[in-house]
Amino acid sequence: MKLWFEKQRYLIDFTLASMARRKARNLGLLGVYTVLVFVLASVALYTHALRVEAAKVLAASPEVILQRLVAGRHDLIPPGYLEKVGRIRGVQKKEGRLWGYYYDAVVKANYTFMVPNDASIAKGEIVVGPALERSRGLAAGNGISFRSYSGKLHTFIVASVLPQASEIASADLVLMHEEDFRAFFDYPVGHYTDIALSVANPLEVRNVALKLAAALPDSRPILRDEVLRTYASIFDWREGIVLALLSAAILAFGILAWEKASGLSADEKREIGILKAIGWETGDIIKMKFWEGLLISLTAFLAGFVAAYLHVFYFAATLFEPVLKGWAVLYPEFRLTPHIDGLQVATLFFFTVFPYAAAVLAPIWKAAITDPDAVMRG
Amino acid sequence: MIELAGIRKAFNQGQHNEYWALNGIDLAIEANKVTALRGPSGSGKTTLLTLVGCLARPTEGRVRLKGEDISGLPERFLTDIRRRTFGFVFQQFNLIKGLSALDNIILPAYPTGEPRRELLERAEALLARLNLGHRREAKVEWLSGGEQQRVAICRALINDPEALIADEPTANLDTHLAKEFMAILEGLAGEGRTILLTSHDPLVTESAVVDRGVEMRDGQIVDDR
Amino acid sequence: MRPMRPRPSTLALLLLMLATAAFAATLLDAAVPREQREAELNATRALVARLGLTDLALFTEARYTRHPSQADLHSAFQDHPLALEHFPTGSLLPPPRYEIVVRETALPD
Repeated sequence: MKLWFEKQRYLIDFTLASMARRKARNLGLLGVYTVLVFVLASVALYTHALRVEAAKVLAASPEVILQRLVAGRHDLIPPGYLEKVGRIRGVQKKEGRLWGYYYDAVVKANYTFMVPNDASIAKGEIVVGPALERSRGLAAGNGISFRSYSGKLHTFIVASVLPQASEIASADLVLMHEEDFRAFFDYPVGHYTDIALSVANPLEVRNVALKLAAALPDSRPILRDEVLRTYASIFDWREGIVLALLSAAILAFGILAWEKASGLSADEKREIGILKAIGWETGDIIKMKFWEGLLISLTAFLAGFVAAYLHVFYFAATLFEPVLKGWAVLYPEFRLTPHIDGLQVATLFFFTVFPYAAAVLAPIWKAAITDPDAVMRG
Repeated sequence: MIELAGIRKAFNQGQHNEYWALNGIDLAIEANKVTALRGPSGSGKTTLLTLVGCLARPTEGRVRLKGEDISGLPERFLTDIRRRTFGFVFQQFNLIKGLSALDNIILPAYPTGEPRRELLERAEALLARLNLGHRREAKVEWLSGGEQQRVAICRALINDPEALIADEPTANLDTHLAKEFMAILEGLAGEGRTILLTSHDPLVTESAVVDRGVEMRDGQIVDDR
Repeated sequence: MRPMRPRPSTLALLLLMLATAAFAATLLDAAVPREQREAELNATRALVARLGLTDLALFTEARYTRHPSQADLHSAFQDHPLALEHFPTGSLLPPPRYEIVVRETALPD
């Protein structure tokens, strides 16, 4: 065992010394490799944590949302519709929701206006999300005017700001009284945006949805399970543009690594010949090269992953912000709870460490089985 | 120590450029003697050297080391025998660039996994013996030709082999350095090591150190004395 | 004998061990329960329940990115099936995938 260990150390010594001779090249490769793992791991960690977060947070959203569609488009719920839903077994509670979008020309941002059903907000007052606090400099007690779509200016007093800790779900919210909402948007009396239904028994939800669809053919029930599934697939990292952009980089790296790893220079071939002539076995040479591949790829993987972890969970994925932000003006500031998906890490490991180690070994085989007397024949 | 019987060696066998480098060699190399292979280039000296040193296998014939047939052994065993039995000094020295003299010297012992401390002690002793102690940390490409050869000799001796094999050892040296080499050779022969070398340098072949000269031509032995 | 310089393999193995330790530390860090974060998460969940929120406020630039679950079925192509994606986030958000059962019984839209 000790002998084995000492031998591996010798092989590492040698491979490091020969790597040191092409220092710039190997360090460059290690750097690019690390950055690649860093970006891949960042995407993987970020999306996974976001998925977990979404699943946890949205577990509390309504079991069923009922939309009315007109010509394939979302339309208002007319008066009496709520009653038409009627009594469906299993539905605990049904209530009309009022919400909509507002474009604020001042900061060129979209807000979500919403009426809480618990009537917790007085007339003339609003409760705003933390992103508004930042973008419009709002604080409790401030007044703010919004120009409605009809052109009239409405002034509200900010009663409070929603807690920053919940920003991921509430960044752009403007909560207001029902009468204010209807007046602001000229929302016809008795109409609602959609209907939220609570279903106590999770096994009943699908039946309820089927009954709803049957009773109201122009409706579209959206189940919470579907929402959660949507969120699970939304951040499917393979679908992200980050990956699309990255694929070019991955390809470039692949070429670089292949060129570096698989092309044996005449010098290296000669070296292998010398080593064989002075008493190294083919196996020793392959092991030595294996260490080279492993050292580079393992170092790159570990360093890249750790850096990605810090980036995502301790520096709030700063580098992704421009991509994820898109064109939005309001962007929630949130910290993700660290989550690591073992399978994801294993996949990442396999696809980053393994190919390189293999690419290093492939050409060696050919060189290592050449006869050691080649050096004598020179 | 080494016996060759009916040795033939072909290169590119079965192809249009097939070439028989050795054509029927019978030779016994005695232990503790200095044997020199002479002959013009292309006479098969170096090829014979590679067969003796287990670097290559003959196409036909038998190689016996201390009475044991080794021509049919698989590579692993052959390598092991080579490492323990032979030390090589190549014509071009074949040192590994970028490594220090010391690292080059201990290289043949790496596969043994021997403790580094012992290895370094042996290497230091060899360096001191060949007056190279002050150059131990120098990268080999910075060394002069004579120094490079001495590093190569140290490397050949690191595993303490019974036999030393040298291919055209003086081809790249001036007269002064060649004489120095012969002095080193004399010392090694005095220790009782078996030495086999090729040369067409009279300085080597006519030297008193050489016990036996074997003249070769066209892959055959033409003179043995 | 003069003092030995550290062997390259010593440095490399040390570095590798360090990196492995850091890697293990991230796994550990992720496994450690965070009470404060849990509390915040519960508060957020309570808010979601109170307001009946259905989506995360991640992308606010368009209706279908702000509320992907509430968007029309063809929302990724808002106005015309051949319209180009306006927002980079649009490519992060595929159109919601709904289950066939409900979709078949829902409107043929």
